[in-house]
Order: sequence, then C-alpha cells, then structure tokens
Amino acid sequence: MSEERFDCIIVGAGPAGSAAALTLARAGLEVLVIERGLQAGSKNMTGGRLYAHALQKIIPNFWEEAPVERRVVKETITMITPSGSVSLDYKSQRYNQEPYHSFTVLRAQFDQWLATKAEEAGAVIATGVRVDDLLRDDQGKIIGVIAGEDQMLANVVIAADGVNSLLAQKAGLRGELKDIHVATGVKEVIELPRQVIEDRFQLTGEEGAAQLFVGRCTQGIQGGGFLYTNKNTISIGLVITSGAIGKSKIKIADLIEEFKTHPNIAPLVTGGKVVEYSAHLVPEGGLNMLPALYTDGLLIAGDAAGLVLNTGYMVRGMDLAIYSGIAAAQTVIKAKEKEDYSKTSLSHYQELLKNSFVMKDLETYKNAPAFMEQTTRIFTTYPQLADNILYKLFTVYGTPAQHLLPMVMGELKKNNISIFDLVKDGIKGVRAL
Amino acid sequence: MKKLSIEERLGFNKFNVDDDEAHITINKEICRTCTEKPCLYACPALLYNLNEAGEMTFDYAGCLECGTCRVVCQKQGAIQWNYPRGTFGVQFRYG
Repeated sequence: MSEERFDCIIVGAGPAGSAAALTLARAGLEVLVIERGLQAGSKNMTGGRLYAHALQKIIPNFWEEAPVERRVVKETITMITPSGSVSLDYKSQRYNQEPYHSFTVLRAQFDQWLATKAEEAGAVIATGVRVDDLLRDDQGKIIGVIAGEDQMLANVVIAADGVNSLLAQKAGLRGELKDIHVATGVKEVIELPRQVIEDRFQLTGEEGAAQLFVGRCTQGIQGGGFLYTNKNTISIGLVITSGAIGKSKIKIADLIEEFKTHPNIAPLVTGGKVVEYSAHLVPEGGLNMLPALYTDGLLIAGDAAGLVLNTGYMVRGMDLAIYSGIAAAQTVIKAKEKEDYSKTSLSHYQELLKNSFVMKDLETYKNAPAFMEQTTRIFTTYPQLADNILYKLFTVYGTPAQHLLPMVMGELKKNNISIFDLVKDGIKGVRAL
Repeated sequence: MKKLSIEERLGFNKFNVDDDEAHITINKEICRTCTEKPCLYACPALLYNLNEAGEMTFDYAGCLECGTCRVVCQKQGAIQWNYPRGTFGVQFRYG
C-alpha cells in the first residue's frame, strides 16, 4: 500500500468530479481524480445542454476557452403525432448576450477540458483506472479506494461516479436503482455542414437551438425526444422511463430510428451522417429518489447523488452536478481545517446544497415526476388533440365551417376528455411544474 | 434519413473490447424463469436476445455501459453487472 494519503480522492472525472477537483486544488489540497475512461469524458454522454451559471462561479467567462458548441437562443417544445406536430417556439436575443444562459455541449471534449483545468490547478488525474471498492478502517470509516491490486488512501472520498454509482451502493447510501426513478436515454450524433445547420434552424454564427418533443416519438410511453444543434453536428435522441420500456415491449433502439424518419423530423436531419450512437441512464426521480448524500469519509455528487431535474420543458443535470462538486469540495476544505472527516463534519455538504438552487429547485419540482407518471394523457391524448384542433382550424375544403368552441368541445368528446379532466390536469400541471 | 440497423449504429462507435473479462454476465437458468424479459426491449444496444432454443443470449461487446439492463431486470441474480475494467469498453468521441 502506498503511504501517500490524499486530502481527497474523487472517483469520476465528469462535471461534478472535475468541479470538485478544481475547487480543492485551488485551495491547495492534495487531490487525486480517478477516471475509468481512457480520457475524462470518454464514458460520458448528455442530451446536450449546459446551463452556464454554476460553471461561471469557478471559471468566469468559461465559454471563451471551453469547447462549448453553440449558445442556445431558441427553445422549441413540440407535441408530435403520427401525421403532424404542434410547436411552441421561443427565440430571444436576451440569451445572446453575456453572461450567456446555456450552451449545447458534447461531453467527450467538454469533460476533458474541465478535467484539464483541474489538472492545471494541481489535481492529479489518473485515467484508465476502474475503482472497484471503498477502503475502510477497522471502525468501518471510509479511508480510500481499491482499484485492482492498488489501495489508495484519502481523508475523504467524493463519489462522482455517475448515475449507476456502485460506490454509493457500496457505501450503503443507496440501494438498487428503481426502474421508475431512472430513464434510458439514447442519442445519435449526426454530422452536417455548419451552414446547413444554421439555415435549417434559422440560426446565425454561434447561436444554437434546443428542442424537446412529446407524444409519438415515444409511442405514448412516459418520456420524450430531444434535439440540440452543435457546431457541425446535431444531437438527437429519446429519453424514456426505463421501467416503461420493458413493459411496453417496444425497443428503444427502434424508436429512435423511427423518430428520425418522422415527416417533421426527417427534413432536419436529412443528408446527415451518423457518427456516434450512445446511451445513458438519467436519474429522474427528483427529490424522491435522493439518497443520503454523505457518510463518514464519503460524499456523493452529481448523477451519483441523483441530482437531475426534468420538468418536461427543461432538463437540467450538469449545472446541479457542477454545483454539488463545488459544495462537496468546500465541505472537504472545511473538514480539513478542523481535521474532522466524520459524518457530522461532512453534513456541512447537506447545508450548502440546502441553501443553494440545487435543493431549492428540487423542492420546487418535487411533484413533477409523479405528475408525469400519473398524467399519461400528456404522452398520448393531448398531442393528438392539439393536432386535430389545429388541423380543423387551418383547413378549408369548402365543407361547412364550425365556430372554435363547438369544434374544440367536439374534439374533447371524441377523445373522451371532459372539461373537468382538462382543468384537473391543467391545475395539477401548473402546481407540479 | 434511412433507418439504421443496430449493427450499423454500433459500428460507428469506438470500442476496446476486453477479451479476457466480461463486465456483465447473465445466469441463463434464472433468465429461463423470467416471463417478462424486459432486457430484450430496454437494452439500447439490443445485446440481449433469445436463440432458437428460446434461451437468453448476451454479448458484452457493443455494450454502451448505460446500466439499463441492471435496472429493468426483475430477477435477482440474473445479471451480474459491473463497468468494464479501466480503458476497456466503449469510448465516446462525441458524448
């Protein structure tokens, strides 16, 4: 066993791990980051968007040097049916000025850059090493990690090892993941000439677009589709509650291919060349799936702690991951000052998160997962209803026209939806979101 | 845009397959007792299949390391799941 003892060992060089490493290294602590991928980021994947505010705290104006793709100025939410789609499109020049609001990113490049920033600040990054277990002392307190034949010692371990966090499980902080608490994301990265992307999505220069889809893309199963524009590629994919896929007997691998060929999606990707197919789990249970976030000698951050928010019109994970990494690092810095790495000392982490946007936003949206799970009409009936109503509104075949109110009432009746259902879902939605 | 087979899609990815150690193994005996078999549908790489004898087959090469199979599997002990050893497995170039 090496006699060297790090102040902190961080497992996983994703946004949470690297943000923690950077913060600790800047404070002069001895930090080791262990990453199983050949490079930081090579095991990571995102739908595509980073909200800038958290990273901005530790690397002001990071976009000037970070490998971000495009700054998002255009948001589109689309209800999609077999024959059409209804979209809400929002574009704002307010997103086009500094400090920028959000960026599309590709994680292989982005995570590598952030890890390099931590390295430049003094953190040691060991890549290509899988951590197999936690190292404990006689009292059971976590004092390091085990990787193959090697044991490495640390005052504190930060598990930033992603949604599957085997370390959080080994530490006894969480049990098996529940299939209703996670979603499976699949994505294709499609290469297209830069100019073609800008023309198709009506963007100029560095501008980017973000789109979310609900309805046909998941064949009515709880979940949705996404599309993000990058510089020379488009990220397109689906995120579907994992438990629902097995029950539906529909293959998620087939659904994404069908999604690409939908008449309203095909023109956006046509002529493109698929350059990567990826998949990842997304923790979507929100506040209700949060495990205990610390124990003697260990903190968990980012996806490992389940810190993701999905409201249906917005999906956030990386900003929560980065902030939790910073908060974990600040907790370790404080623990070192006191030379106390006990559970009680590390509970400062919980305090920091509680007083930040992380727990406040998770609290605000705590009912969102249940709302989506219960309100299946969002994924099935409502997209078709909206399509039918707008079809009638815009169609002239010389057949007798109908006033809006009776037409809408007729469509509701055809779909077996009462005004009461509509109001009830609406109120529940407004409350949960 | 034309639909791509799973083989075509996995072919775009870069893999460094660990020939000496499978990071995921299945217990065919337990799989036989499973009626739902959600892994057949949920695995994004479609690595779980039934052979002609109706027996579960699994190939860890091509695994995207998402963890969906371990989450959807309803039979305890059917899937032994781990990440590949360091440097092995899928290597995302975009992510």
